[in-house]
Amino acid sequence: MKKYILDLTVTENIRLHSNYVLIKLTQSAPLPEMLPGQFAEIRVDGSNTTFLRRPISINYVDRKTNEVWFLVQLVGDGTRKLATVQKGDTVNVVMPLGNGFTLPDTADKKVLLVGGGVGTAPMLYLGEALLKMGCKPVFLLGARSKNDLLQLDQFAAFGDVYTTTEDGSMGEKGYVTMHSVLQNQKFDMIYTCGPKPMMMAVAKYAKANGIECEVSLENTMACGVGACLCCVEKTDEGHVCVCKEGPVFNIKKLLWQI
Amino acid sequence: MADLSVNIGKLEMSNPVMTASGTFGYGLEFQDFVDLEKIGGIIVKGTTLHHREGNPYPRMAETPMGMLNAVGLQNKGVHYFVDHIYPQIKDIHTNMIVNVSGSQVEDYAETAAIINELENIPAIELNISCPNVKQGGMAFGVSAHGAEEVVSAVRKVYKKTLIVKLSPNVTDITEIARAAEGAGANSVSLINTLLGMAIDAEKRKPILSTVTGGMSGAAVKPIALRMVWQVAKAVKIPVIGLGGIMNWKDAVEFLLAGATAIQIGTANFIDPDVTVKVADGINDYLNRHGYTSVRDIIGALEV
Repeated sequence: MKKYILDLTVTENIRLHSNYVLIKLTQSAPLPEMLPGQFAEIRVDGSNTTFLRRPISINYVDRKTNEVWFLVQLVGDGTRKLATVQKGDTVNVVMPLGNGFTLPDTADKKVLLVGGGVGTAPMLYLGEALLKMGCKPVFLLGARSKNDLLQLDQFAAFGDVYTTTEDGSMGEKGYVTMHSVLQNQKFDMIYTCGPKPMMMAVAKYAKANGIECEVSLENTMACGVGACLCCVEKTDEGHVCVCKEGPVFNIKKLLWQI
Repeated sequence: MADLSVNIGKLEMSNPVMTASGTFGYGLEFQDFVDLEKIGGIIVKGTTLHHREGNPYPRMAETPMGMLNAVGLQNKGVHYFVDHIYPQIKDIHTNMIVNVSGSQVEDYAETAAIINELENIPAIELNISCPNVKQGGMAFGVSAHGAEEVVSAVRKVYKKTLIVKLSPNVTDITEIARAAEGAGANSVSLINTLLGMAIDAEKRKPILSTVTGGMSGAAVKPIALRMVWQVAKAVKIPVIGLGGIMNWKDAVEFLLAGATAIQIGTANFIDPDVTVKVADGINDYLNRHGYTSVRDIIGALEV
């Protein structure tokens, strides 16, 4: 899939919560083809400490308005600076990068999408793709607290939404892997993205129950195109780049001790 | 349009812009962003005799205006390169150069001899910053003797243009440059990464799995520029300058300091099309100052 260096224009920057912004970008020409699970490398201008681009997953692509959405968690100087962009500003983006999630071969498959924290971001665009193929997804979204659960209305438009919070302020109290939906429904495929301990717990559940499972990794990266070999993950084929061979991996490829 | 062509040994380049090893893959990774044939030379990933898995993750730490890496020469070995990579890159119409690394002299020589047979690889760049397993892990390139030993061994079996990449982690880089020249190098390229370190204070742990790593990026430019200037005065062979070049202006500075060509490394991660922008920028600079050839500004620094 062809990759582009694009100067995109900010149409909206919405502060979803003290630690998250949703940045929507557009350009005059139609945006390139992008797949759920792919990501972009976004250049952060005007920061004294941020040297490299920031890899951010594609949250959603709105073809009607020709906008691509990025959900950004404010983690360090780079993301904090990026979060200050305003409507009309130009943001330089390299995309689409990496490989997307593997969609089920038939529409009768029951699919579960598990997202934790900012890891819920790629699940929105994936959810829409699944619904479009006739495979209504079940979302299981986890966070520390009610305020950290983002974009719930958007998720609800594409499928059934279940939530967990660590403090019990919304949905079931505890972690995603403890949610009753895992007992009450049977799934053929699980997609997950979020903190590594959460993804490992989900992968362990999937493996124990014989369910196909794909995880989206977020190893620290530099180039984003498979040149620098910094973001490697150990797989059954040795070290491979998360940016190029991933970020989505079937758990069978990984050497996780689960 | 000014004449941008330069020669490094028998290597004829349409412009002085090259890519630094380990930052541009095999070129193929960047072909969506730049016309590879507009780059003077592409130095591909470090290649060793045998397959290397490299160091464990994490291998990278971002630093102010730079980064540290500890990739550890991950590559599938020279035989894999010959069978699987070379067929994909041999028809790219620019100078495709292989960076050769090793952990003992014999391995360097064997790897170089194999690459010598590849018709469309006109040069190699020898990475002498690797640890010598027979000398307690001390890098070849940190002593004149070590450099001379490995360069001589490769020179015996390698008949095309031989570039030697120098380590900056030495007391006097001109001494190593002269040793490489004396042993038959056609050119020296400098600087390789500077040894650095990053710590996560909250976790009280190093960020890199190997504790220390190689620093690159804009922050190292003044050091690189100084070393290029010193080496250009110390040797007769052409010098290739690299270290922190982010744009055409940085590149021109290296040419003025005495570099015949330059390499762009870490900047490729931030601006994937930086190479062609630098070549265009050098051309504009020459036109603006009334020079007809880039060769007119090599070493033209007025001190």
